[in-house]
Amino acid sequence: MSDLDLRSHADVTESQTAADPEAAPGRPTADPSSVEPSAVAPSEPEAAAGPGDEGPLDPSQAVFELADLAVHYGEFCAVRGVDMTIRKNEITAFIGPSGCGKTTVLRCLNRMNDLVVGARVTGQVLYHGVDLYDDRVDPVEVRKRIGMVFQKPNPFPKSIYDNVAFGPKVAGIRKKADLDEIVEEALTKAALWDEVKDRLGKSGIGLSGGQQQRLCIARTIATRPEVVLMDEPCSALDPIATARIEDLMAELKHEYTIVIVTHNMQQAARVSDRTAFFTAEVNDIDDTRTGLLVEFDATERIFSTPTDQRTENYVTGRFG
Amino acid sequence: MTDTMAAPGAVLLQSTVRPGRRLRNVAATVWMWGALLVALIPLGAVIYYLVSKGIAVFNLSFLTEDIPASPRRTGGGMGPAVVGTLIITLTAAVMAIPTGILGAIYLHEYGAKGKLAAVTRFMADVMSGVPSIVMGLFIYATWVLVFGLSGFAGALALAALMLPIVIRSTEEMLRLVPNELREASYALGNSKWRTIVTVVLPAAMAGITSGAMLAVARAAGETAPLLFCVGVTSKVNWNVFSGANTALSAQIFANAQTPFAGAQERALGAAFTLVAIVFLLTVLARFISSRYSVKTR
Ligand SMILES: Nc1ncnc2c1ncn2[C@@H]1O[C@H](COP(=O)(O)OP(=O)(O)OP(=O)(O)O)[C@@H](O)[C@H]1O
Ligand SMILES: [Mg+2]
Repeated sequence: MSDLDLRSHADVTESQTAADPEAAPGRPTADPSSVEPSAVAPSEPEAAAGPGDEGPLDPSQAVFELADLAVHYGEFCAVRGVDMTIRKNEITAFIGPSGCGKTTVLRCLNRMNDLVVGARVTGQVLYHGVDLYDDRVDPVEVRKRIGMVFQKPNPFPKSIYDNVAFGPKVAGIRKKADLDEIVEEALTKAALWDEVKDRLGKSGIGLSGGQQQRLCIARTIATRPEVVLMDEPCSALDPIATARIEDLMAELKHEYTIVIVTHNMQQAARVSDRTAFFTAEVNDIDDTRTGLLVEFDATERIFSTPTDQRTENYVTGRFG
Repeated sequence: MTDTMAAPGAVLLQSTVRPGRRLRNVAATVWMWGALLVALIPLGAVIYYLVSKGIAVFNLSFLTEDIPASPRRTGGGMGPAVVGTLIITLTAAVMAIPTGILGAIYLHEYGAKGKLAAVTRFMADVMSGVPSIVMGLFIYATWVLVFGLSGFAGALALAALMLPIVIRSTEEMLRLVPNELREASYALGNSKWRTIVTVVLPAAMAGITSGAMLAVARAAGETAPLLFCVGVTSKVNWNVFSGANTALSAQIFANAQTPFAGAQERALGAAFTLVAIVFLLTVLARFISSRYSVKTR
């Protein structure tokens, strides 16, 4: 087991990382050959129906394989029937009307839903063939590899520098020079460096909403995760910053895998390789709304020739 | 044309449209300032009285000299009581503050909705309502009768009084830390305990410090439990664990009761000293919390 050992070994990690920052779990050395293909590839049929002419899916290219995923908050079923395969070095976009469970599904991918009291995840979430919800999996290890940018900017009430250096410090990087370099690189990538380079010691809270969100993006990529989950990262950004973030995603895609939730369909069409369309269905019995995955396919197909009428209505703006 | 253009804006200039609101505004403002004044009068009066009377007796030797053996004598100082108040309160704080903060962390971050947490929270509430003299009696019965009078016995009683204040105020401050911050920390691969230490506690630091200082200030002024747990001495006793001790609050009580001018002066001096100590502690707490807490600018 190389980088896929997600089981608890907190103590080992601490000492390792202190000695050798290069071995920090924040920088997994992805080696697809070491990845065991999952014994069961449950979402293969759906995935095969998706990419179609791209040929069968190479198992080592699958980062996440979701099968019949459903999430309940207490009794309430927020989203169900999610089957999809998220591929390495691709940008996967989640689109759909508000409340259809995009955030909920995204949060399943790095076990953030563990923190919500009453949340229950059923079905399968495989990460490189490892069941993320296996009892032996340590969620802390999961989150070191799978970073997340939240829908609402949530910088720490610490200095800008400390916000970005936070993740690397958690991963055991202590040397000031290393941290300085990481902070500058992350802030530059997040299109924030020029605006804040003279006030790195000032609080992250004092930034504007859009700047805060870019700070959060910088904070996430500073840990160099394998996967970056982004929940509407550009909803508070102006077009210039949005373009910078989209450029960043295109650049990050070569090293990382990205999943992005967006309400901006042009953005999904511009940046993503694959798009998942979710919608919400009203349940007859109790009048609650449950989200479900309608269609998952190559982005140009979703936006040009979707197979489902609901997808077509949504992407053409005739959603009612 | 110009009429219709001007109309929507012109309405804003007609400030007389709502005379009722204006009146209510004036009334509320007057009432507010009045209330503030009424609240400030007793505070100002107490401080004026203490300073004007206390400053006459207060000097460096008053802080260090022994208490005269006879209340009839004039002069002397409050040295033993100053030392006693400082070491007893410090000992109590050392016992109560870390325990209280850890307890609150358990209550809010771990126990949350569990049975144990609910029971602990309830007990803390009950304990904060227990009169201090009852706490003193309890320590007297369980500790002093076995080990004898000491500063430590008083510290135990004070710690028991401080603990619920620290627990509840800390828990309240932890509650104010937005969950988004915890999530941000977890999403960066931080463990729960490290999230609490590196994110939650720093964010709540200012509030936790003022809560703790409030508890310390209250404990420093407590009199009743010290009367029967600590005893009395007229010589400085630096050893908190053995031998009778004394405290400023107890000396105020003892000296003010006597009909002798010298003792009464000492009581006023002690009162002034006590207020000064509490004031300094508060300033110190402000300084510490502004230094180490949340960065907002
Ligand atoms: N913590 C929670 N507890 C209970 N219900 C929740 C919780 N979070 C989300 N839900 C419910 O789950 C459903 C899906 O919510 P989710 O946040 O995933 O939607 P979304 O697709 O991200 O919407 P939006 O586009 O508005 O962000 C909603 O009905 C919501 O009310
Ligand atoms: Mg959402």
